[in-house]
Amino acid sequence: MKTVMKMKQRLGAYLFFVPCLTIFALFLFYPFAKTIYLSLYKTDKLGQAKLFVGLGNYAELFTSESFFHSLLVTFIFVAIVVSVSMLLGLITALLVNKNFPGIRVFSTAYALPMAIASSAAALIFEIMLDPTIGIIDKVLGTDINWLHDERYALVCVALLTAWLNSGINYLYFSAGLANIDEAIYERASVDGANEWQKFTRLTLPGLSPILFYTVVVNIILAFQSFGQVKILTEGGPGESTNLIVYSIYRDAFFNFRFGGAAAQSVVLFTMIMILTLIMFKLEKRGVKY
Amino acid sequence: MAKLALENVRKIYKNGYEAVHNFSLEIEEGEFLILVGPSGCGKSTLLRMIAGLEDITSGELWMDGEIGNYKEPGERNLAMVFQNYALYPNMSVYDNIAFSLSVRKKDKEEIDRKVHETAKLLGIEQLLDRRPGELSGGQKQRVAIGNAIIRNPRALLMDEPLSNLDAKLRTQMRVELAALQHKMKTTTIYVTHDQTEAMTLGSRIVVMKEGEMQQVDTPANLYDAPANKFVAGFIGTPSMNFFEAQAVREEEGVLLLVGEHRIRLSGEDAARLRAHGADKVWLGIRPEDIAVSAPQEGRQTERRPGWKEGLLADGNYLEVLITDIELLGAEKLLIFLLYGKKYVAKVPAETQVKTGEQRRLYLNMAAAHLFDCATEKRI
Ligand SMILES: Nc1ncnc2c1ncn2[C@@H]1O[C@H](COP(=O)(O)OP(=O)(O)O)[C@@H](O)[C@H]1O
Ligand SMILES: [Mg+2]
Repeated sequence: MKTVMKMKQRLGAYLFFVPCLTIFALFLFYPFAKTIYLSLYKTDKLGQAKLFVGLGNYAELFTSESFFHSLLVTFIFVAIVVSVSMLLGLITALLVNKNFPGIRVFSTAYALPMAIASSAAALIFEIMLDPTIGIIDKVLGTDINWLHDERYALVCVALLTAWLNSGINYLYFSAGLANIDEAIYERASVDGANEWQKFTRLTLPGLSPILFYTVVVNIILAFQSFGQVKILTEGGPGESTNLIVYSIYRDAFFNFRFGGAAAQSVVLFTMIMILTLIMFKLEKRGVKY
Repeated sequence: MAKLALENVRKIYKNGYEAVHNFSLEIEEGEFLILVGPSGCGKSTLLRMIAGLEDITSGELWMDGEIGNYKEPGERNLAMVFQNYALYPNMSVYDNIAFSLSVRKKDKEEIDRKVHETAKLLGIEQLLDRRPGELSGGQKQRVAIGNAIIRNPRALLMDEPLSNLDAKLRTQMRVELAALQHKMKTTTIYVTHDQTEAMTLGSRIVVMKEGEMQQVDTPANLYDAPANKFVAGFIGTPSMNFFEAQAVREEEGVLLLVGEHRIRLSGEDAARLRAHGADKVWLGIRPEDIAVSAPQEGRQTERRPGWKEGLLADGNYLEVLITDIELLGAEKLLIFLLYGKKYVAKVPAETQVKTGEQRRLYLNMAAAHLFDCATEKRI
């Protein structure tokens, strides 16, 4: 009798999972399984699997120069985006952590990039970077076609992305700063520490738990940037801004090579997963709460 | 020359609240000064102004003969122990203690030697590798003190350093602190709201109330000669009893009327009250100066002729109702009711008393204090 009751109780508990699991299954597990499935096939123009090729798509990828170039571009892009956007988030959070009149205006402004659609921001940037009417060239007194020059295009897109992602970093860091006991700064003042020493010895270590989490989120966010690339450069000039996500899009919806695109997706997924696992391992060792 | 001096210091917070009024005080080299007062009376504010964590609204702070108002906290060479310890959570105990030296870029070897010396002095050598999160309250306290004394500061400021500890540990740390200060001879300002702590620690105590200094004196003087009713009530546990009394001058001495009780004052007290001229006074008697049986020399309970029937005869006793008894160990507290107000007496534990009993309690008038009802100053 008792065991039956227990079983029933358990079943009830699992029932609560059903809605959430349904959504996950529909929009996450199924597409994911389908992607892996597709990556093993050649497809027709409608994306239907036609010919089983095993790891053929992967073999093709790892012999393609374009894919490795795309990987390289992605890594440079992610490195710039993550470092700049975290730095921006940290600086803005530090600025707003002091109390002065008008602080609300600033805290809203710093969080705003979160609320702006990447495509809208990209359009505004496109105008600002335009060589004939753009403000950037005017202010700098230069005559550079930013988005159509292989040397600058990637950096421009990366900086825009960094700014877009800085809003969420600002929020994370503000929360992190609020968690640091105000009194330790007072003690440090009496102990004779200057502002820089307070920052490096108290603030940064105090942010370390949140720092780790922020880095992981930022890397994933950066890897997934798409809208701004699509609007600003479409992977060009040449292949200079052909990030993996964009390359997947191009292979699937321009070249109709769904199999190859799926294989790239799986590689991208594996990379992000490995990176995240490494970070978690590092965290266990490094961060003290 | 005083080590530290405050001259007419005031603090008005941004919201207009005046936390400290015209405060003047001199602290001598090597002194252990206690700042005591109820919560919210401005003790922390005063200490933080000395440390440089709060601006001084007006008045002067002198340190070794130099004006210190505008010096940065780090330039004042003061050390502070905070109520919640404020240890650096991400640093080991070693780095916590070494912090003030390492930010001054002192030689590594010298720092190492001093940290070990200090840790040894405080008995925390085995904890040097731990982090604050892994320490007990008492250990945290020692680390905070270690950080404060390591660089021989001009003065040590402590803001209720023991209030987060449990009662037993507090007593133990109190003794250790006193011994440590005696050994190091560091000028110390120690803030507390606990008068027992103040009385046992300090050689000189400042009593504060609502941002104002009430009295500066030795523990014995605060107890025996409180400047006003507030100090008298604040120092000593349980608090002093205050009876409202009417003073009637006679040829020899003064008679105090507490309701129907007639308490005779003679000698110096009477002379002082005569000279003062107040009619309404507070008669202050500490609980330990009340006894259940009459003291031998005070046995003068016979009725004097000439007084109306109904009034009790002259004497130094009160007829009261015992409402509660609290046993403390060797002593017990009698809570008694007189004219609708509650008072306390402290008597030996073996005294035979029952609750609900009507009793005659005798006052040791030699230890009584009189306060002017209008000014609350001691007469
Ligand atoms: N930053 C502040 N702004 C306004 N009022 C304050 C501030 N800090 C303390 N006070 C007020 O000043 C008074 C004294 O505070 P404090 O010095 O902390 O008292 P204590 O340490 O004696 O308990 C209190 O009434 C408190 O409310
Ligand atoms: Mg305080």
